[in-house]
Amino acid sequence: MTPRTLYQKIWDAHVVERRPDGTCLLYIDRHLVHEVTSPQAFEGLRMAGRRVRRPDLTLAVPDHNVPTTPRVRPDGSRMPIADPASAEQLATLERNVAAFGIPFINDRAAAQGIVHVVGPEQGFTLPGTTLVCGDSHTAAHGALGALAFGIGTSEVEHVLATQTLLLKPSRTMEVRVDGDLGPGVTPKDVVLAIIGRLGAAGGTGHVIEYRGSTFDAMSVEGRLTVANMSIEAGARSGLFAPDEKTIAYVAGRPMAPTGAAWERMAAWWRTLHTDEGATFDASIVLDAADIAPTVTWGTSLDDVVPITGRVPDPDSFAEPARREAARKAIAYMGLEPGMPMTAVPVKNIFIGSCTNSRIEDLRAAAAVLSGRRVHDRIRQALVVPGSGLVKRQAEAEGLDRVFTAAGFEWREPGCSMCLGMNPDKVPAGERCASTSNRNFVGRQGPGARTHLLSPAMAAAAAVTGRITDVRELAA
Amino acid sequence: MMPVTRIAGRAIPFGQANVDTDIIIPAEHLKTISRVGLGRFAFETLRSLPDNLFNRPENVEAPILIAGDNFGCGSSREHAVWALMDMGVRAVIAPSFSDIFSGNAFKNGMVTVALPQAVIDRLLATAAQGWVEIDLDAQAVTTSAGDRFGFDMDAFRRECLMEGRDEIGLTLMSEGAIDAYEAQALQLGWQMTSARVA
Ligand code: SF4
Repeated sequence: MTPRTLYQKIWDAHVVERRPDGTCLLYIDRHLVHEVTSPQAFEGLRMAGRRVRRPDLTLAVPDHNVPTTPRVRPDGSRMPIADPASAEQLATLERNVAAFGIPFINDRAAAQGIVHVVGPEQGFTLPGTTLVCGDSHTAAHGALGALAFGIGTSEVEHVLATQTLLLKPSRTMEVRVDGDLGPGVTPKDVVLAIIGRLGAAGGTGHVIEYRGSTFDAMSVEGRLTVANMSIEAGARSGLFAPDEKTIAYVAGRPMAPTGAAWERMAAWWRTLHTDEGATFDASIVLDAADIAPTVTWGTSLDDVVPITGRVPDPDSFAEPARREAARKAIAYMGLEPGMPMTAVPVKNIFIGSCTNSRIEDLRAAAAVLSGRRVHDRIRQALVVPGSGLVKRQAEAEGLDRVFTAAGFEWREPGCSMCLGMNPDKVPAGERCASTSNRNFVGRQGPGARTHLLSPAMAAAAAVTGRITDVRELAA
Repeated sequence: MMPVTRIAGRAIPFGQANVDTDIIIPAEHLKTISRVGLGRFAFETLRSLPDNLFNRPENVEAPILIAGDNFGCGSSREHAVWALMDMGVRAVIAPSFSDIFSGNAFKNGMVTVALPQAVIDRLLATAAQGWVEIDLDAQAVTTSAGDRFGFDMDAFRRECLMEGRDEIGLTLMSEGAIDAYEAQALQLGWQMTSARVA
């Protein structure tokens, strides 16, 4: 048999029909639904008189638009949502899931959280599955060996109606990183460095497979951070071959299979790796030893620099378009070429988002904050756990007290300041050290300036009031 | 969906690279539960600047947008396509598009044409003086400056656009194959157990 990549194996296992031009009707095993990209899809179904084919393979959770302030009063009653448009969007999701019989975790449930945190946590995300969601960071679920990608609302409707998607196979790209990460260097730094190398569109048309000893040694949560940002290099999906760590992670989760089904599936998962001799269409290799804590300086994901670096001089770029983009980005960000990154002051800190809001992320940030206070310059410092279960776990470990003692606000789970859709926004012209995944113009609120970094680095910036090399703060 | 074969008229010479979906439609406008009405928020930040390209009278309701590399990168929000369509844009010409954006565009009957940067530069230089026409049948872009540029397009997408096909309806014709897949996958143990919410 011809050697196949992991991607090809999962793809082949899901082909319903193959068309002469190579387009395939692909079966979708798992579909996550949230409030923002689904209303028009349900409306489309209604208008065409169509049903949801497999509600049992679908799971809905509100996350993007929910407030992160308390949602229930001490007496257990529900707090009304202040913004009428947000309230209407959440109510629409509740109506739709009820009408179409879709399993639903509501915004008051302990299991509620960001879709990409909830999926793996609940065992809804499984290795070897195809998983989609109307959200580009769906790539995250590839950390468990699921072929996972973001889709638009028309595709959400298509999956609801048919449990399939019509797709052309992607090209494959190997991203190999070997070696041990230095102190203070985290999965977030690894993925920022990878995107810096690939460029914001370097992975377009490709599915990335992350390989090498650095990733083998990484926890499943760290892999979720890396796979999550595959889309920021233009790749629709990022994959990790499931290993014993993955299988142990999935075992016993509420929606994971049990008994004989578990045994059968785990046996299959153990065959899911790229065969010896299989080839990739593209390949890049990085050495873990070369990766430093990394931050973004601009408004595109390839605007990254090691923390020891400086804001670049736009003239240092060869291409005219890149030069122009850098000039604009530096102006928007209110920076000066040549400025050391560690001289950049920040007023806002955001620890959260589907990239970095799991328990390991909160532990890493709390370790830096323990016994310290946020700097006087900080106007707002938010910690938004990725799910209610992460929040409870953190509270059981006392992390919430570390954060609040340091001057952080401890919030309810949701997307929050990652996209500035709910009331959590960075004010225009202000700067935010953020553990989220996008530094685009206006992403965290109109006029907001974002620097992406790891949870430990965000905590360090909170303490000093400027972008900081966390290694200098080491206790 | 409305079939499309030709789109002709003013082309907005925008040209910017890496235009992400947050630029096209900021997240605060995603609270809608409808597909229409987003046009007035399209490129909101850019349009708030004095003397911007989009608000020039000749560009209002222009059916074509000329953009730079990696257009539509970022989130999967189809609102980006709905906003563009609601402001009158029926086609975007750029050196490249994000995968999700071009898929979303296609599903709404919006045409995305990829042409090399050198061609884009030429279009940007000439568009302000006249019209641009995209012909899906001939697979060519022609302009009032006398230029003609052929382009490639996925055959299936081109056909669907030209016939205005409803993709879900098309897929439902394969329902038998989907049933068969589910039965066989169940047997092999691939078919995932149902999602259960405790
Ligand atoms: S946390 Fe941010 S990136 Fe993740 S799903 Fe929410 S909005 Fe998208």
